[in-house]
Amino acid sequence: MTEQVPATSGAVTAPAERLGSSADLSLSYESGLELKARSQWAYARMRFLRHRLAVGSLIILILIGFVAIFAKQVAPHGFNDQDLVNIAAAPSWDHPFGTDLLGRDYLSRVIYGLRTSLWVAFFVALLSTAFGTAVGAVAGYYGGTTDNLLMRFTDLILTLPGLAVLLTAAAFLGQQSQSIGPISISQPVMIGLILAFLFWTGLARIVRGVYLSLREKEFVEAAKASGAGDMRIMVRHILPNCVGPIVVTMTLIIATAILVEAALSFLGFGIQPPNPALGSLIAEGNVGGLGYWWLVTYPGLVIVIIALAVNFIGDGLRDALDPTQRLRA
Amino acid sequence: MLIYIVRRLLYSVVVLIAASFIIFSFVSLSNDPLAFLKMQPNASEQTIENITKRKHLDQSIPVQYVYWAKDAITNQFGTTTIGNRPILPDLTRVMGHTLQLVIAAEILAILVAVIIGVYSALRQYSMFDYTATTFSFVGLATPVFWLALMLQVLFVNIYLWFDVRIFYTASLSGVDPGSGLHFVLDRAQHLGLPIIVLMAASVATYSRYMRASMLEVVNSDYVRTARAKGVAERGVTMRHAFRNALIPLVTIVALNFGGLLGGVVVTETVFALDGMGLYFVTQLQLGDPYPVMAWLMVTATLVIVFNLIADIAYGFLDPRVRYD
Repeated sequence: MTEQVPATSGAVTAPAERLGSSADLSLSYESGLELKARSQWAYARMRFLRHRLAVGSLIILILIGFVAIFAKQVAPHGFNDQDLVNIAAAPSWDHPFGTDLLGRDYLSRVIYGLRTSLWVAFFVALLSTAFGTAVGAVAGYYGGTTDNLLMRFTDLILTLPGLAVLLTAAAFLGQQSQSIGPISISQPVMIGLILAFLFWTGLARIVRGVYLSLREKEFVEAAKASGAGDMRIMVRHILPNCVGPIVVTMTLIIATAILVEAALSFLGFGIQPPNPALGSLIAEGNVGGLGYWWLVTYPGLVIVIIALAVNFIGDGLRDALDPTQRLRA
Repeated sequence: MLIYIVRRLLYSVVVLIAASFIIFSFVSLSNDPLAFLKMQPNASEQTIENITKRKHLDQSIPVQYVYWAKDAITNQFGTTTIGNRPILPDLTRVMGHTLQLVIAAEILAILVAVIIGVYSALRQYSMFDYTATTFSFVGLATPVFWLALMLQVLFVNIYLWFDVRIFYTASLSGVDPGSGLHFVLDRAQHLGLPIIVLMAASVATYSRYMRASMLEVVNSDYVRTARAKGVAERGVTMRHAFRNALIPLVTIVALNFGGLLGGVVVTETVFALDGMGLYFVTQLQLGDPYPVMAWLMVTATLVIVFNLIADIAYGFLDPRVRYD
């Protein structure tokens, strides 16, 4: 498995690349002759690679990501191409996922839907992680009134009944592309923004906790004494200490975002046609009645696989990024 | 304790007012509740003008909000914008239906989750433990609406192939639900699948927490003491460990109320149940701020009350917790 990761790591995101290419490290470790000095990252990478389920999930997710990125090249048919001979055909070799009521190849539609859904999930995760970290860091580092105000605001969002507020917001703000001044925001981005607005709260609380406890530590005092500014201390000195919880929470947000976006789109308040999405595909498939089971089953299965893979990766990262975990030989 | 509750409640009132204003403004800002009516050829100018007057739609948003608040407090959430239909009777009817569903699902979910959680903790790393863990992972990764649809597909096909009807796949009661025992059976047959769907997510969450808290308690010092002084194994698990392991679950169940509402919205839509979820989705599609606001106020209050119950229950069950 370790050899497969570097082979694909050329085009994936930075963390995945860092997690790959560890063949040399594990070799020297196995020889056991000398203790090589290793960075915390090297230890984390080794702990992650030990988590077989997580590594497998990462490979699957990377594959799915490739399919989504290169949808135009991978999909056997166009998103709206009709095959009028095979209307509402059950899965076969020509159409592995069958065709829908208008004779469109369902595999291709699922691939295009996957592209939108994955994109929205990652967008939501990045945005809410950045925002949650910033709010938590400022609240925890400065404390006092700033902390009180920011945390009251966080509580306000936490006490709202999640899906209902999302539905309301999506129904009234996310149905068409909006424009604020000169900036125009496309509809999927709008849905992403609404999701992100509700998803950052948990992380803000976690990050605040870490900052609260670490700002009293000696290394922060030392940094202050040597003249580092607030910004530098927050970003360079304290932030690396909460990479673990941030990354793990981010994977959880990706999984939740995929599920919630699918539910929104299924109810008709999420991503609107002509933009394809997995949730709206299921809703469309459901219109034809339960006899066309493949129209409902396949997009849902894809959602389950993605959410499962992301959760397993999160689990692996939780173990890998916890420095108190010992590496057992 | 009393001061703590009063302070929390006062804070909640402020939160509710703030949230209601925010939600009301963006519901009203981005939507014209009369858009649908204006497209109807047989709706006269006069009708539209009357509704505009009645709901003060020509005023600014803060003024509209004050009128809404006045209606909500003095007139039981007022009436719908288009049909001028009182909101509260509809809301209480659908709440009754949802309550049947939610209470049944939660009781069953807690029972199942406690059994699974305790058993996996007592037999850690056993076959059963791994299976339960796998199932809860899959359960948490499955969209609720998709699970509902899959169950519909399954039971519809069972009916089509074998002519056996185990569950009805939609609506709340049969054409003629009958009365007495027959009515109860009819309800159960209709609510069976929605209950399973709602249970799935709850069981997946609760059993994880139950397992974790049971493991923590089983490995604690006082349990070892109990064993050391010669308490029988059964007494150790049931009287010493189990009762304390239940405490965190109380909090989780109470805090999960908001999430449960989300499940209800989706489940009721798929199964076409005349409950709160379907009511909410229908009113959202109509774009009418009045019923949407009423619904959100009621559920937000419930969520806040359940959060408070979670905190109070925790202090009540665990004497180490202090409020100040």
